[in-house]
Amino acid sequence: MIYSLVGHYSLIVGLIIGLSLFYFSYKNFNNSTIVNTKILSFTFLQLFFVAISFICLILSFIFSDFSNETVFNNSHTTKPLFYKISGTWGNHEGSLLLWLLVLTLFIFLFLVRSKNQPVKYKILTLVFQQIIIVGFFLFLIKTSNPFNFIFPTPTEGLGLNPILQDPALAIHPPILYLGYVGSSIIFSSVLAATSLKIISPSWASHIKKWVLISWIFLTLGILLGSIWAYYELGWGGFWFWDPVENVSLMPWFALTTLLHCILVLEKKSILTSWVIILSIATFTLSMCGTFLVRSGILNSVHTFANDPERGLFILIFLFILIFLSILIFFFFHKDDEKKTYSFFWLSKESSILINNWFMMYFLSVVLIGTVYPIFLDVISSQKISVGPPFYHKLIIPFLIPFLLMMAIGPKLKWIKSQLEDKIYLIFFLIISILLAFLILKNFNQNILINTILISSALYLFFITLRDFFVKKYKNISQNIAHFGFSLLILSILFNNLFASEIITNLKVGETFENSKTKIVFESVDEKKKQNYNAIIANFSIINSNGEQESLSPELRIYNQPVIATSEADIKTTLMSDKFIVINLVQNQDFFNVRYQVKPFMLWIWLSVMLISSGGIISFLKKRI
Amino acid sequence: MINKILPYSVIIIFVIIFFIFYKSLEDSKIYTPDTYSKKDLPVFNTKDFFSGENVKSSSIFELDKIYLLNIWSSWCVPCRQEHSLLMNLSSDNKLNVIGMNYKDNLKNAQNFLKELGNPYKEIFIDLDGTTAIEWGAYGVPESFLIINNEIVKKYIGPLNQKLIDEINLLIE
Repeated sequence: MIYSLVGHYSLIVGLIIGLSLFYFSYKNFNNSTIVNTKILSFTFLQLFFVAISFICLILSFIFSDFSNETVFNNSHTTKPLFYKISGTWGNHEGSLLLWLLVLTLFIFLFLVRSKNQPVKYKILTLVFQQIIIVGFFLFLIKTSNPFNFIFPTPTEGLGLNPILQDPALAIHPPILYLGYVGSSIIFSSVLAATSLKIISPSWASHIKKWVLISWIFLTLGILLGSIWAYYELGWGGFWFWDPVENVSLMPWFALTTLLHCILVLEKKSILTSWVIILSIATFTLSMCGTFLVRSGILNSVHTFANDPERGLFILIFLFILIFLSILIFFFFHKDDEKKTYSFFWLSKESSILINNWFMMYFLSVVLIGTVYPIFLDVISSQKISVGPPFYHKLIIPFLIPFLLMMAIGPKLKWIKSQLEDKIYLIFFLIISILLAFLILKNFNQNILINTILISSALYLFFITLRDFFVKKYKNISQNIAHFGFSLLILSILFNNLFASEIITNLKVGETFENSKTKIVFESVDEKKKQNYNAIIANFSIINSNGEQESLSPELRIYNQPVIATSEADIKTTLMSDKFIVINLVQNQDFFNVRYQVKPFMLWIWLSVMLISSGGIISFLKKRI
Repeated sequence: MINKILPYSVIIIFVIIFFIFYKSLEDSKIYTPDTYSKKDLPVFNTKDFFSGENVKSSSIFELDKIYLLNIWSSWCVPCRQEHSLLMNLSSDNKLNVIGMNYKDNLKNAQNFLKELGNPYKEIFIDLDGTTAIEWGAYGVPESFLIINNEIVKKYIGPLNQKLIDEINLLIE
């Protein structure tokens, strides 16, 4: 009770502070050479009050205060403490409060960390960030207040959706939000820098670490979501081209491109328009994702409640931000006519530029695949669904030149370079092609496109691998990230090519056998837990070499709300995952058994971690 | 001149996008497809499940008969759930259960029927999912009740006993 009150009023105080910051900024903007200390302390106060409000919501969840509507809708007394806490952001209201917390945290850190920047720039960044913050405050308080009362107080809550009761998913939202919302600071700062016309190499090196932070968290956030989908949704895949996944992938494309553009801007003082547009795009795409998911236009596990009013609010807010940035871009940003820069075809910047265009292409494929069904529905009332084949057909062929460019690009010099002493480049290309050919030949998978794809991925793999030994840590972060990417593509390819699947119906005691595998359904156990009851099926799997493995997938019946879920059992080894999931066939004593062997599954996760560790290293390096 | 056109066109594009999103908000209806009544059957060509021969839709559905078209797939878990109900339904002579095998592997589908029984009078294949789109289906399983070559009722998702009772009532 008391927590809801405190939380609610903290929010209002935070909003008032936000509004007053506009006033202070206005006063400070014209007649001061230093940032007013009031601004800094007020920004801190705002962060403080949002944090108080967030802590209050967590406490309400911990103590199961069902007079709070959010808690009532999303919690239950029998839930373990860990999921009571993670339930705080496992719903619409709480997760928006988390957005707000990250927004205020980032602007505070920004003001503290950028001491050497021009005063006007800092103040303008604050103003733009406050526009976003105030918008979210209004959105939160008006349409999705996490502290609504219900009277009379219910004695029990409705419970958290069981598929959200998972450790990976408990930390997935905060991490992803740090990435999403982190891009807001890039957005505000780029608008400020554009209006003051101070987009320069020094600005680029200052904003670079912020880009890196968002990029690292976004990458890790997507990874966690993907791991969760693999373990929890029981489809045995890690990426489904679901609209919600796409929505997180689009800012990632934009942000990754932005990261590379920033590097060029830092070194060569070119690509300024790219940087501005991409910074704007990253944040608006994040917002757009929130809009699509929360408004119920796209249906998914992330659609907490379909409320048109909320959708409308975010939509209007989103477009206000878009128009504001368009205005600023066209009004203030003038490409310097005198400094027209001619790209020599063989240089680092042109290779980055080429891959930027590929990235933009991937981004637009995903964007069209996600948004086009909505447009078509509105324009012609036709309903279509866009599935994996669309993305695969449009993206995969273009990965080939993309990978090659990734391998060769970093070898080139800025401005102009020659391909002398680069015989090893060709040497590695031949090796990769031969190797890819041999691998596929061995597995009777003689499709030309696969050979080319694997060879180009192998090419990147070898080239980056070589650099670890040759370059003596010259650009270790870039090399690790690119190496990770080649590993990622290779693991995905091998995972797809060599995966095998058995679907069958078995009773207890029965055995399924084919030439390679024998599946024995040994027994069924029951288990009672605080928040669910489970049926555990025990299987032993015997492969052609006689190796035996026991796997125990579960069927869980959660008590609050009553939902049945299938928990896959996965045996992870270095080279492959064994994945088994069962489903009950209604009115029969059969179990539907799905057994998959997925090679290189672990490597997919590892390589994404490698990619982000490249970012982390670069981040740490810059701060020294 | 070009400098002037560009900002305006960008703004116009975003205004259009705004209105399209706005419109789609107005009727946010992803999971509430209209179970429309009385609609003519789509005309299509397809292949027979068992013989692999080409079939025309007009030869499958005859006038004066009652059909239940069921879209199914061996990979679809809810299809397994509703299968026993379909088996019961097919024993009723009044109703002809027709299967549309949706985006499936032929072998898997045959195994599926071998395991659980075949409730279908006829089965045709929709390998790439286009016929299902013609029918306005949203996914598997889905069932259409057809009387006199008209779609009378559409059931999205697996059938259950309640819906079976409703079907029985409708075909009385």
